[in-house]
Amino acid sequence: MGQTIFQKIISNVTGIDKPEEGSIVFVEPHMILTHDNSAAISKNFKAIGAEKVWNPDKIFIALDHAVPPPDEKKALNHKIIREFVNEQGIKHFYDCGLGICHQLLPQEGHVIPGVVIFGSDSHTTSHGALGAAGIPIGRTEAASIWAIGKTWLRIPESIKISLDGKLSKNVFAKDVILSIIGDMHSDGASYKSVEFHGEGAQAFSISERLTISNMVAEMDGKAGIFPADKVTDAYLRSRVNEPYKKIQPDTDATYIQEKDFNLNEIVPVVSKPHNVDNVSPISELPEIEIDVGLLGTCTNGRVDDLTAAAKVLKGKKIKYGVRLLVYPASQAVLLEGMSTGVIQTLVEAGGELAVPGCGPCLGAYGGCLAPGETAISSANRNFKGRMGCKDDTAIYLGSPATVAASVIEGKIVAPPKEVF
Amino acid sequence: MKFKGRMWIFTDKNLNTDQIFPGKYTYDPLTPEQMAEHALEDYLPNFAKEVKKGDIIVAGQNFGSGSSREQAVKCLKFAGVSAVVGISFARIYYRNAINVAFPLVQCPEAVTYIFENQETLINEELTVDLSTGRVVIGDKSFSFPPLDGEALNIFTTGGLIEYTKKKISEK
Ligand code: SF4
Repeated sequence: MGQTIFQKIISNVTGIDKPEEGSIVFVEPHMILTHDNSAAISKNFKAIGAEKVWNPDKIFIALDHAVPPPDEKKALNHKIIREFVNEQGIKHFYDCGLGICHQLLPQEGHVIPGVVIFGSDSHTTSHGALGAAGIPIGRTEAASIWAIGKTWLRIPESIKISLDGKLSKNVFAKDVILSIIGDMHSDGASYKSVEFHGEGAQAFSISERLTISNMVAEMDGKAGIFPADKVTDAYLRSRVNEPYKKIQPDTDATYIQEKDFNLNEIVPVVSKPHNVDNVSPISELPEIEIDVGLLGTCTNGRVDDLTAAAKVLKGKKIKYGVRLLVYPASQAVLLEGMSTGVIQTLVEAGGELAVPGCGPCLGAYGGCLAPGETAISSANRNFKGRMGCKDDTAIYLGSPATVAASVIEGKIVAPPKEVF
Repeated sequence: MKFKGRMWIFTDKNLNTDQIFPGKYTYDPLTPEQMAEHALEDYLPNFAKEVKKGDIIVAGQNFGSGSSREQAVKCLKFAGVSAVVGISFARIYYRNAINVAFPLVQCPEAVTYIFENQETLINEELTVDLSTGRVVIGDKSFSFPPLDGEALNIFTTGGLIEYTKKKISEK
């Protein structure tokens, strides 16, 4: 019987021939990702009684969630992390302002196809965009991996999603994954690995794949994988030197569920409050006034995302009274956006440019909503209170172009086709 | 391991980690006891004050969806909740619970029965027996598959910290 890509990745990294679904295996990650939560993890690490991390070259830490720190508690949190990094000689440390963990990990060449990436962050599924199994775990587990270099996994069943056809001009990868989640629901991939196939999937850039794999977390998937192909090679060429295997599933692999989506039929959509699977075409919404637009996050804060928004905003102004928050996903994105003029366009239109990082995505600080306010955001989660205030607030999720179009009008509208 | 306690009945689907433990506290260095003070703050603001040691949460589908934040498990454990009996749990939440040895029991039959008979059952105590895999309420008893394999090992050792300590000392 054929093997899914998850099974073949496990086989690649453990040497186990044909690992069975449902069986438990111990896996050493190619890289383990953590972020501002690393101080808490280091506490657990010490509680375990470990002295040295198992391999300082395989630990990746980015300070991204509260940057620059807005208060002394969060500043202390960062200080504890820097001390730990120095004490342990951790190799891949990215300090405040360099970017969001899920952006930096692939951007800096720390992800290759065919490996397992563990991350103490739910959106670690992102790294499936490069043909790896990016698997989210919790803090205690991250501490344990720092100490002994491996953890247990149950080999999941897999879901095969085929994407065919071609997107209309004002429809984006974000609309695709929101439509999939709307169809499959928030627990549609619980304990499962999701694979993306079809011409439509192959036509997506790495940035678009990152958007989609990122949000597999919102269907509770264990991983969301695009098999590596020439698009992957092109992305990795300037980033990694080490050899990798472009693992493909067997053609006769068995899937617990198979779904087909036709990209021609997907329209601009949003997730309505307060759950990601509450998806609706924008054309079917009543008039929804907004106070804030957020451009950024690990889902949609890359160059192509900001560029799409800039195309919509070029020569225009955001509506009086509305705010537009611009958080590039990394310093590299910011610099590229500056050199192409995209940042200039966004700021001229009225955008508030911020330090690369997570920002208001999780309501830790900066750009918080006030009671009664509504946001349109390019992020991945719209839970009540997510942007820092739960009193009568509402968060709608959409593509960066939808965010841009909406801040001009002051209400949620689909992006215009003409500018793309 | 057996627990008996009062019930908190939350019928919502997808009761998420931000409702269980708000994002704004996730990067403050808090002790487990301080985490407990914020348990379910954005969902049921009085919960942390009113919860009593040994209470059991009865939850709907996909409890704990969302973030990987472990505080969403720890805050309930340290608030005194002895177990959550649910229709289903989100993956990372379930894994985190095993790793901090907090019992989550997936028993949709029991939960559906409790949801449907809330009014008559609200003052009853619920019993959860992890060793035999049974949930008992009034004269009704329901079974669930107990943990096995590595998950059981981690749970019975007292969580992943204790488990890893043991692994290191065995080396
Ligand atoms: S941008 Fe938002 S979703 Fe992404 S890692 Fe940061 S807080 Fe999490």
